[in-house]
Amino acid sequence: MIVADRKKVPEIRDMVKKHDRVLLVGCGTCVTVCLAGGERETGILGSALRMALKLIGRGEVVVDECTIERQCEDAFIDILASRVAEYDAICSLGCGAGVQALAERFPNTPVYPGLNTQFIGILESQGVWTEKCAGCGACRLGEFAGICPLTRCAKRLLNGPCGGSREGICEVREDLDCAWQLIYDRAKALGILDSFETEAPTQDWSTSLDGGPRKVIREDQCIAGVCSKTPAKSLG
Amino acid sequence: MEDEPIIVAFCCHYCAYAAADLAGTLRIAYPANVRVLRLPCTGKIEVDYLLAAFERGVDGVIVAGCLEGGCHFQEGNLRARRRVERAQQILGEIGIEPERLEMFNLSSAEGARFAEIVTLMSKRIAKLGPSPLRLCREHVERSIRDMNDEAQRAVAGEKR
Repeated sequence: MIVADRKKVPEIRDMVKKHDRVLLVGCGTCVTVCLAGGERETGILGSALRMALKLIGRGEVVVDECTIERQCEDAFIDILASRVAEYDAICSLGCGAGVQALAERFPNTPVYPGLNTQFIGILESQGVWTEKCAGCGACRLGEFAGICPLTRCAKRLLNGPCGGSREGICEVREDLDCAWQLIYDRAKALGILDSFETEAPTQDWSTSLDGGPRKVIREDQCIAGVCSKTPAKSLG
Repeated sequence: MEDEPIIVAFCCHYCAYAAADLAGTLRIAYPANVRVLRLPCTGKIEVDYLLAAFERGVDGVIVAGCLEGGCHFQEGNLRARRRVERAQQILGEIGIEPERLEMFNLSSAEGARFAEIVTLMSKRIAKLGPSPLRLCREHVERSIRDMNDEAQRAVAGEKR
């Protein structure tokens, strides 16, 4: 899931303080699970923001809250359409995709981010989320015993550990397990250490973040005519 | 009178609320500016309850739960403590003194302790002065009555 955390209240306050009516929009999907932008967090931010605005003499700003099931899909954003006209600005507690989906849907209303979107990750333990995937577009987890060195090695090494691995701990961060130690241990346990005997190809970075946003297109699912907008860099 | 601090005490039904009652029975005097709200457990407290109290203009908030290890619902008071800490952090972020909010633990037999806590917080809030979000007394008192109604519905087991 996408993991995010809330911006500090003063930063959000300064973004919205010039407006008179602000709608905080939470998202019921990933950011609810990572406790950053769900219904409860939206309520908490609403209360904090109203107080923060009042403390700088802008207590008259109306801050209302609502949470939709998913901010990154137009079908769910539609629920908001009738309400948005009542507001001067939107502050989204969705991930970056949610913020941009709202901005596209409501071209005449400024949309501000209430969260800092961090990474694709998993819940490690209660209240702790860890990055697991860099979304590189060319997954090679099968070669690395299911552990991604691109994401979990501090140096993003794809060809084995560096000289700084000490008893399974990374030299860059003491709180970080050496990804290559984890890969080695798991490969050994799985009996596939010999897979490292074969030469691994270099990473195909053409599928990663450059040359504009990536797209995934499923021609069989497209409505006739829509796929004709296929960009130069289409995947799949 | 108008400037006198107003403190809300979210009290657990099983300990602090009974302790407040006991303080009364024992005729122990404590500051009259505290408004006691009874909850089924301090675990019922959410961060937004606490922030809402400050937003409605109260000067200080007490959360009073059972002694650690003695929660009727096992760990409600431990959860409450962490929520209080989060609310304190948010208050600090927006520029309100976090010490206006504090959690205390006591048993139902500690009427004198309840009076002591209220006196301590009352003095602390008086020293800090009125909340920068303070509204007129009548408005605050009305808001507290609303919060109390909400808390009573919680005690009765109604959904929020």
